Amino acid sequence: MKAMAYRGPYKVRVEEKARPRIEHPNDAVIRVTLAAICGSDLHLYHGLMPDTRIGHTFGHEFIGVVDEVGSSVQNLTVGDRVMVPFNIYCGTCWFCSRGLSSNCHNVNPNATAVGGIYGYSHTTGGYDGGQSQFVRVPFADVGPSKIPDWMSDEDAVLLTDMTATGYFGAQLADVVEGDTVVVLGAGPVGLVAARSAWLMGAGRVIVVDHLDERLERARTWALAETLNFTHVDDVVLEMKKQTDFLGADSVIDCVGAEADGNLTQHLTGAKLKLQGGSPVALNWAIDGVRKGGTVSVIGAYGPVPNAVKFGDAMNKGLTLRMNQAPVKRQWPRLFEHVKAGHLRPSELVTHRFPLEHIAEAYHVFSSKLDGCIKPLVIPDAA
Amino acid sequence: MSADQRAGGPATPHVAHKRRPAPTAEELRARIPGWGADLDPADRPSFPRLVWQDGRSGAHWDYPAEQPGGQRRERSVEHAQLTPVFGTAQPLHGVSGAVRRLAYSRYSEGRLAHWLLLMAGDRVDAWGAHARSVLSGRPDQPLTETGVVGEVTHHGLASRRRGNRTDARHHLLDPLVVAGPWVAAAAGAVLGVRALVRTARS
Ligand SMILES: NC(=O)c1ccc[n+]([C@@H]2O[C@H](COP(=O)([O-])OP(=O)(O)OC[C@H]3O[C@@H](n4cnc5c(N)ncnc54)[C@H](O)[C@@H]3O)[C@@H](O)[C@H]2O)c1
Ligand SMILES: [Zn+2]
Ligand SMILES: [Zn+2]
Repeated sequence: MKAMAYRGPYKVRVEEKARPRIEHPNDAVIRVTLAAICGSDLHLYHGLMPDTRIGHTFGHEFIGVVDEVGSSVQNLTVGDRVMVPFNIYCGTCWFCSRGLSSNCHNVNPNATAVGGIYGYSHTTGGYDGGQSQFVRVPFADVGPSKIPDWMSDEDAVLLTDMTATGYFGAQLADVVEGDTVVVLGAGPVGLVAARSAWLMGAGRVIVVDHLDERLERARTWALAETLNFTHVDDVVLEMKKQTDFLGADSVIDCVGAEADGNLTQHLTGAKLKLQGGSPVALNWAIDGVRKGGTVSVIGAYGPVPNAVKFGDAMNKGLTLRMNQAPVKRQWPRLFEHVKAGHLRPSELVTHRFPLEHIAEAYHVFSSKLDGCIKPLVIPDAA
Repeated sequence: MSADQRAGGPATPHVAHKRRPAPTAEELRARIPGWGADLDPADRPSFPRLVWQDGRSGAHWDYPAEQPGGQRRERSVEHAQLTPVFGTAQPLHGVSGAVRRLAYSRYSEGRLAHWLLLMAGDRVDAWGAHARSVLSGRPDQPLTETGVVGEVTHHGLASRRRGNRTDARHHLLDPLVVAGPWVAAAAGAVLGVRALVRTARS
């Protein structure tokens, strides 16, 4: 089969690999029909995630058709059209039993501090991902869901991470009616977070980025106010000014480890890897939120320490909330929102690349060329 | 600025209520499809948090069957045992494998050494893979694998000129990260050859 393969920082190619096998009685093998590239994949692509091995296949946003099931699988049969949450989880460990399915303890031997994720290095368990023609799906009775008949493939694939994650980010912000919510980052996750903040009753939503075409989407798609951080001298001060010096009630960091806006932080964090990513956006969140407010962190950071302004967070009495999104928990409610037209994730798709062009896809998305917001990968386009 | 210099009195945080109240629910509902649909936290899927999940997500075991073949599988020392399910992609091998195994067996995730060793393992793995690819039938091709063709097919220059992008500055550095190992390898090869020549002459 054909699969994307990592060849070192900034380098990927398509390789011929053996089709995955059933390795556990509750495994399934899925034939991938549609996949996507996530902002998180860029952290791997740039060599920021420890234990990213040469030959690893990325991809944690994918849908497909069940091709084979293990002996104990009860809920899926060959031929089912399924969507698979990016989390790999068992359903019954201490954490899964309490709803923390993104923090499962039974799937990632390589680390206890993070759960299992498809195609996301060995630090999250060493599973090849879905930018491929086939993928091994462990705990097939737990994670995957049959795609409802009315749902399009493009909406379904974007519910496996991006949409569930953005919506989860807004939930973590604990929005109360009338709140002013600032969303840092107008990538696909930030745009969904902004749209979701309205669903939860925000009174104002302000999206911050430096890419004009994304800010344009924040206005037209997420119906938010926007702030281009390169147009102001001091973003934190600007956030204060725009909120009559109170600060935002909550700020959602949808940027993560490769934040721009401070070249020193970007170079030490994202390029030289002297910290677990550049904490520029996180620090803007801590300083831009009001005292007693909530900072929701959905952007991903590496496991190495960061230069975070923790003293400010403490003195301001902030609530910091964060996690990898427990995707499937969001689905029933999100399906209703998609059906009602409150959220149409497929509207954010800007590019569709055949798997054969995976290197070009990564380059375009990574360098944000051609107004790229969300790229899809089509394994069988040939 | 003192309060009396401000038009309309003290700024919000100096008084008890926001001076510019949010638009009313009616206004917002009219402007934003679905506004307030999840106003009640009970409608938010992850509320309340950390509660017992009766549904068990479709699992039909208390403890899952153990995946076979895990005897040599590396694991974090913070795990009491190997997890019942684990990934089998790219097993440890060679020098990078030894470095990574040391990181796992010696240091917990709380130690910087754990992560620095893993990152060192990544670089060794990449260099080894490039070296092997040259000998193999399928050498690495920096041009196609970096996808720079995207610069031509997807308007590289125009995309960066648009607006006021701040990341364009370090895009110039990105090729260094990519080419660095190649340059280093070439330099190493040159030095190695020179040393060989020198020993051969003496
Ligand atoms: N927690 C989770 O479960 C989860 C899931 C998916 C993605 N993520 C993370 O969410 C983040 C966003 O993902 P994405 O797919 O939208 O990525 P993306 O790269 O498309 O978007 C990031 C955006 O942030 C902008 N940005 C950079 N520096 C900024 C700054 N200082 N302030 C404001 N904006 C800034 C960029 O211009 C870009 O538009 C990533 O870190 C990703 O790893 C987390
Ligand atoms: Zn993701
Ligand atoms: Zn679990």
